Amino acid sequence: MSSTSVLGGVVRRREDPALIQGRGRYTDDVKLAGTAHVAFVRSPFAHATVGEIDTSEATAMDGVLAVYTAADVEHLGKLIAQVPVGTLRPLLNNGTVKHVGEAVAMVVAENPYLAKDAADAIMVDYDPLPAVVDLKHSLSDEVKVHDEASNTLISWVGPFGADEDALTELRDGIEAAKQREDTVVIEQEMTNQRLIPVPIEPRSVMADYQAGYDRFDIYSSTQIPSALAGALGKYFGMSLNQVTVKAMEVGGGFGCKLNVYNDEVLVAFASKQLGRPVKWTETRREAANSTIQGRGWIAAAILTGTRDGEILGFELEGIADMGAYSQNFTVAIPFLGLFVGSGQYGFPTYWKMDCVTTHTMTTDAYRGAGRPEAAYYLERIIDMYSREIGMNPADIRRANFISADDFPGAVSPMGFPMDTGDYATNLDAALEMAGWSGLISERDAARAEGRHVGVGLATYVEVCGFGPSGLVDLGFSWAEYQMPSAFNGSSLVRIHPDGSATVSIGTGPSGQGHQTTWAQIVGDGLGMSVDRIRVIHGDTEESPPSVGSFGSRSAAVDGAACFEATQKVRAKAARIAAHLLEASEEDIEFADGAAHVAGAPDSSVAWGDIAACAYQPHRLPEGLEGGLEAHSIFSPGNATWPFGTHIAMVEVDPETGDVDILRYIGMDDCGNVISPMIVDGQIHGGIAQGIGQAMFEDAVYDRDGNLLSASLVDYILPTAADLPSFELSRTVTPTDVNPLGVKGIGEAGTIGSAQTVVNAVVDALEPLGVTHIDMPLRPRRVWQAIQDARS
Amino acid sequence: MKVSMSVNGSPVTADVESRTLLVHFLRDSLGLTGTHVGCETSYCGACTVSLNGQAVLSCTMLAAQAEGAEVTTVEGLARNGELHPVQEGFWERHGLQCGFCTPGMIISAVTLLEENPDPSEEEIRRGIEGNLCRCTGYHNIVRAVEYAGAKMRGEAPAPAEWENA
Repeated sequence: MSSTSVLGGVVRRREDPALIQGRGRYTDDVKLAGTAHVAFVRSPFAHATVGEIDTSEATAMDGVLAVYTAADVEHLGKLIAQVPVGTLRPLLNNGTVKHVGEAVAMVVAENPYLAKDAADAIMVDYDPLPAVVDLKHSLSDEVKVHDEASNTLISWVGPFGADEDALTELRDGIEAAKQREDTVVIEQEMTNQRLIPVPIEPRSVMADYQAGYDRFDIYSSTQIPSALAGALGKYFGMSLNQVTVKAMEVGGGFGCKLNVYNDEVLVAFASKQLGRPVKWTETRREAANSTIQGRGWIAAAILTGTRDGEILGFELEGIADMGAYSQNFTVAIPFLGLFVGSGQYGFPTYWKMDCVTTHTMTTDAYRGAGRPEAAYYLERIIDMYSREIGMNPADIRRANFISADDFPGAVSPMGFPMDTGDYATNLDAALEMAGWSGLISERDAARAEGRHVGVGLATYVEVCGFGPSGLVDLGFSWAEYQMPSAFNGSSLVRIHPDGSATVSIGTGPSGQGHQTTWAQIVGDGLGMSVDRIRVIHGDTEESPPSVGSFGSRSAAVDGAACFEATQKVRAKAARIAAHLLEASEEDIEFADGAAHVAGAPDSSVAWGDIAACAYQPHRLPEGLEGGLEAHSIFSPGNATWPFGTHIAMVEVDPETGDVDILRYIGMDDCGNVISPMIVDGQIHGGIAQGIGQAMFEDAVYDRDGNLLSASLVDYILPTAADLPSFELSRTVTPTDVNPLGVKGIGEAGTIGSAQTVVNAVVDALEPLGVTHIDMPLRPRRVWQAIQDARS
Repeated sequence: MKVSMSVNGSPVTADVESRTLLVHFLRDSLGLTGTHVGCETSYCGACTVSLNGQAVLSCTMLAAQAEGAEVTTVEGLARNGELHPVQEGFWERHGLQCGFCTPGMIISAVTLLEENPDPSEEEIRRGIEGNLCRCTGYHNIVRAVEYAGAKMRGEAPAPAEWENA
């Protein structure tokens, strides 16, 4: 009997045939008869009082169906946020606008061209007010974003849960270490710049209110279909079974589609008002100004350690930019950074991040969400320390790691229990794969020729696949979206009478290959070809509720639910098969599309026969109910903590400041791997986004709050020509928090990479005396750093 | 106004507003939604189609400018149910994740391989740098184009990286 195990194997992606032939269906591809189209009027000012909004010309235009302003939608309330700390966004604003791009009016017209013409014809009087954009300026409250509240919304302090006495003791201890004669203290203020997520598919939403049935079909490019359904149910006083959200193909998300947006609510409102399907697709410029952004921190890092590499304390104090309004997770993002504030290390860490508002677009989760920022500061300052004391950057990290012997039961200095980890083994594997000493010799030889070559290394731990037991206690519950305690995973596996299977699951993928991965899990458990398994996701009518896909959670949480539902179905099928084969249930094995009796090769029954029996209760063993399906809700006891080591070799052209990445090595550990192909693909994309931050991307606001990088002309994404091929391998340290032993991998590449590149560039320029350059390391900035160091 | 052209080998004629962009003509008038709009400023390449054998950006071109042209979109690449080698390469080498940039990327890769049947990695990267992908880091797109190039030259493609692992 051949093995049918497909876990850990490669299955070509089942979503691809449609996508490579242009036959995938994204939201903007949906065409319903009679669809009307939306355009928004948005504020050109970052802070202004809105006066008269003259809609008369627009309303009179042929083909314009409606124009709505704040007065029309105020009764619906403000935009719901899961973590409602701070001021919530009005759906439309006729009072005081708080950022460029804030929606003031909405036009609905027969086609998108007419809608834009009409939006242009709406005259709005604005009375501009002073704006606050700079984070230190915001902290002073000199210019307020919201009159009624301080700009500082919350300060996250770690270790989490430590009381004043404990914090004082911690800080006194670090101060005492600083006074010791054998210690050095490294200090550096660093910027972790704002980024625009830029999935290549702009967000799009279409609402189809069916008056005859009093129900909604909503099509949206979202990562969180169930939450959107819950929110719309609340806004329109409808039950969850009256609102169906379908997220079909989603063209990238990276966290920015992990929000319920005001435009989604407004498009639904318009559809209900007009009794017609209504669609809106954002332009790229709108995406930049009114879809959430990420990062945006400034912070000072201080590291105290001995001259022989023992780190005695790490302190980080900074300010994180929340933008103008709080949306889904806004203030929680720096808290996710706090989770990994001390990385994979055991040294005392003090961590404080003030979350402040500015007159800019809201920030929220962008790939990594707080964790890349935290890892960046930590790994940059450790790199500076290693240069200062002249110790190999790998040895210094190894010396300060939490030991593999501390697991299970390790608790990070930030106060969080960690699942599994073996950081030194991973680091050593990375060094071996890269040929570390060879790299260093190569670098030195290049330097001897007068070239500016550098090698950078960084390690990381991340935290993802969050589960309810930890988070609901911390106040994250999704109840705002009618999903109480919904940090669970949820999956339904059904065997049809012909023996084929459908798995429906509440995930909301945007390219992660769920059509393939869930089929692999079910196929592996049932000994069934993946070709016999249909996967349904992103459809709230068909799938059990789940929070969706974000925070590298799908495999570790919903995948575990899929596994457990599969096991339930398997157990029942084994009883039926044993009955049919007159064998003992314990001897039943599933492979090659059938149940077999162990040790009796001729004794087997195909899934089709098992299923046929399951739907004829009179043929079932006594006491067994008819049907063959199972629903599982998986509730993990902890998040998973993947980790890894990245190494980069770069060359800098000192005449132009141009950086060339010669090699990039990633050694990641996400526990067990379901599909190496998909996991590596996730890491590739993650690394590219980390390199994007390190070298190119920058959401730049001027002092008046204008976004200067609102188009792809100015917001520079890495192209194929900017990146090298990546050299990847992995260590495998399974988690014990889910039955698959898998940890999340969607964000790890991003969390490990930006600091790796910066460390390498600084290494290349070390002979010139450069110790730090703030990202992005574009040629001009690198060139300037060289000039400054030389003068 | 009336526009006529050949799209994926079939003659088409339609009445459109004079300001209609080629991409909207393809998507809305002809229902060929495989060609995507990513940025409207010709920087992302998602809307790339082949016009008389050249890769062009259909989001910054009027339908009227394509009058009389031969246009090929991603829907027109497979013949008689058989995938184009570039499509096959993207499938075999995991050259796509969300798939939104993929149609434009595939058209660019087809054009590249028609001009240069045996490109180096560097030439592939230069050849597709007008098409942005946010998911793959381009690593597997390069492998996909290498795969397609080998197939089109009648050679055996190099094994997938995961086959070596």
